[in-house]
Amino acid sequence: MNSLQRVLTSLGQSEPDYVPFFLLPTLHGAKELGLSIEKYFSEAENVAEGQLRLRARYHHDCLYNFFYAPIEVEAWGAEIIFSPDGPPNSGQPFLANPEDIQKLHVPSIEETPCLSKVLKATRLLKQAAGDEVPIIGVAVSPFSLPVMQLGFDKYFDVMLSRPDLFERLMQVNEEFCVAWANAQLTAGATAICYFDPVSSSTIIPPALYRQTGYEIARRTLARIHGPTATHLASGRCLPILDDLAQTGTAIVGVSALEDLAELKTVVCAAGRSRLSLLGNLNGIEMRRWTPRQAEAQVKAAIAKAGRGGGFILCDNHGEIPWQVPDQILMAISDAVHQWGAYPLKWIENDQE
Amino acid sequence: MNDADQQPAVVPTAAMNSIAIEDLTQALLSLDRLTAKTLLTQSAESLMVPALEQIGAGWERGEVALSQVYMASRICEDIINQTFPSQITAAAQPPRIAIAVLEDFHQLGKRIVSSVLRSNGITLLDYGTLKADELIQRTLADHIEILLISTLMLPSALKIKLVTAGLAAAGAQVKVIVGGAPFRFDDQLWQEVGAYAMGKNASDALAILRDMSSENYHGNKDCREGGAQ
Repeated sequence: MNSLQRVLTSLGQSEPDYVPFFLLPTLHGAKELGLSIEKYFSEAENVAEGQLRLRARYHHDCLYNFFYAPIEVEAWGAEIIFSPDGPPNSGQPFLANPEDIQKLHVPSIEETPCLSKVLKATRLLKQAAGDEVPIIGVAVSPFSLPVMQLGFDKYFDVMLSRPDLFERLMQVNEEFCVAWANAQLTAGATAICYFDPVSSSTIIPPALYRQTGYEIARRTLARIHGPTATHLASGRCLPILDDLAQTGTAIVGVSALEDLAELKTVVCAAGRSRLSLLGNLNGIEMRRWTPRQAEAQVKAAIAKAGRGGGFILCDNHGEIPWQVPDQILMAISDAVHQWGAYPLKWIENDQE
Repeated sequence: MNDADQQPAVVPTAAMNSIAIEDLTQALLSLDRLTAKTLLTQSAESLMVPALEQIGAGWERGEVALSQVYMASRICEDIINQTFPSQITAAAQPPRIAIAVLEDFHQLGKRIVSSVLRSNGITLLDYGTLKADELIQRTLADHIEILLISTLMLPSALKIKLVTAGLAAAGAQVKVIVGGAPFRFDDQLWQEVGAYAMGKNASDALAILRDMSSENYHGNKDCREGGAQ
């Protein structure tokens, strides 16, 4: 099986040859090319080359066109702060006053250099990978983008006490998200990772999610012309798992704070939709794992969620920290290929 | 089942409130403004602290969301601000406490902790967002004794090590208390960066400060993880 076949088989709730494995090292591409993080992300060719080299090294089942989360607010005029040892971060939120929401206009995808760079990298990845490897594009959800537009505190104030501004903000953000996701699909992305951490039960209560993020996701995902995976970026999802399935997403990226076995039980319960799980290796702890610990963590995740398919092994945040050593990434890859071969008969032996 | 069994929580709460009300009534009748204010403050704290602690514990268990933690802390701070403004505006009293975000512009964690501490009568300086060297200089210049540092990103959390090392090199006896997402996902990180303690939520920070106050933090108390001890 090639990577795309492996992933599609698992998403169809069947067992492929191996547990699919999405390694998502974005910053490590700069190490591969011997470039600073800022220089690396300055050219589409660097990112495409970095992704191809990382996949050649670690044999994972996807390519990832993700540059850095605030690239989307960079398109709206936000300041980006580069760091020598971490992901580029957003500066002060560009909406200093919530009333400025009224003046927002959706940026043109094609005329925005930072977004065009991502589209170019996507095209380069597609040229190199053809139809054998899924290319994962990324769009931050309309409901979560305001954390970078306004800051968390002002966004909560708007969400909870300014329905007029909230509605206006969601309108412009939905238009942007749909246009951005579809542009990536047109450029060659196979699927879109819909990053929606604010919808997680870590950030807002489930009842509020059902009134807000859920409805926004249903509207937005229906307008994206390709498959989607909803990622909660380390946030909890158990209380809203059924709701997430109803948004139309195929996959949910889950937190290391939740038990994969419990989540698997819930999604496998009779009458539920065919939602697959993506996760949930702890990317923060990973930095100080030994190779033996990495192997143990991979085995534990596969044992909890691997049987029957419907599972892709991944980190829990959607971005491997710069500080994670190559040796550990290799240990994770080796462990997937050693312990992820179906059928997973070793699980019964280990449990005995 | 008797009446006491049916209402186990209501009776003692009502009794406690009744005593507090009587004491306050006497203070007011005696025109004892100081006692009245003290009683009001104590009453507010006796309700607010357990509520915020329950909210913090719920956040740890995944039963309470960040938006609720934030709003609860804001409401408490607003009430205290309106009722006891002098408590908030008073000059900082020993120990001198400051709070900062290291290198990130995500201020929510700092704001929640600040609100909870101020709601409980703890004064502190707010440094906003600073780089490590700036934070060292401000801490030394202001003779800060307890420094609270909030971070969102792992690289920022790791840079706390520069702060603790810089303060130690300057001979300052500053206790650094850390918090934020990276520490929630790695329970050994706070020790790695040389912190005195780690709070998993705002009420942890309050509990740590109270422990330090009651046990004389100038002593050689061991480091600890908030909520775990």
